Amino acid sequence: MNEHVEFEASIPSKLYEDFGLQDKIVQLMERFSYSVRDVFAVRLAVEEGVANAIRHGNRFDESKLVRITCRIDDSKLRMEISDQGAGFELGAVPDPTQANFIERPTGRGLLLLREYMDRFEYADGGRCLILERERNSLLPVMQG
Amino acid sequence: MSKSDRRIDIEEISGVTVARLLEKKILDEANIDSLGQELFALVDKDGRKKIVLDFTLVEYLSSAALGKLITMHKKTSTAGGKLALCSIQKDILDVFKITQLNKVLTLCNNLDDAIKKIG
Repeated sequence: MNEHVEFEASIPSKLYEDFGLQDKIVQLMERFSYSVRDVFAVRLAVEEGVANAIRHGNRFDESKLVRITCRIDDSKLRMEISDQGAGFELGAVPDPTQANFIERPTGRGLLLLREYMDRFEYADGGRCLILERERNSLLPVMQG
Repeated sequence: MSKSDRRIDIEEISGVTVARLLEKKILDEANIDSLGQELFALVDKDGRKKIVLDFTLVEYLSSAALGKLITMHKKTSTAGGKLALCSIQKDILDVFKITQLNKVLTLCNNLDDAIKKIG
């Protein structure tokens, strides 16, 4: 079996705390020779995924935790980001690029996650975000 | 605010306020809120009308940072002013394109172009 690393962390629902999560994941990505493009995508994804779990999932309730699991090897990084909130319906979230929404200051995190990750889906009624990025992925695909 | 706490460095060039963003990573909420306050003060407190945000040093930004830029764009427009962003690295430019904010915000290749555009 190829070498792999797994870890799990639980963090309180505080947006202003730096728990070192991104740096820990980036260090692992560098160890497995992921590209600069991969690192950019995953930093963005961790920030957006955790912020969504704290803000929209746990609604800043500091008694609730966000649980992150991560598994990485030389072909793929997989993360699950789970909150303890009420869940949500992904299809009910408006497209932030539509004219009615484009000038709103919020609502772009899910779009970025979808574009930068090879796998993006919600399980457990919207409480568990599953993200995967392959090593040296070419995402995001840019037009023109 | 001490110089080391600042998120932007201000310079006046040809009647245009150039705000250089000093953070490499505009990702976490604390940084983003502080940056937003400093940017909004340029319009709300100082009454500046022509503003260029120089992204030369910025390597990462999140959707929360985009939100502050949109609010800054609205504040500047409401005040009858102009806002441009310049010198945006390729990875970050992709973020603007994916979110289609390149159609809302004025993005310029470099500082000279941005000053010409709004000066």
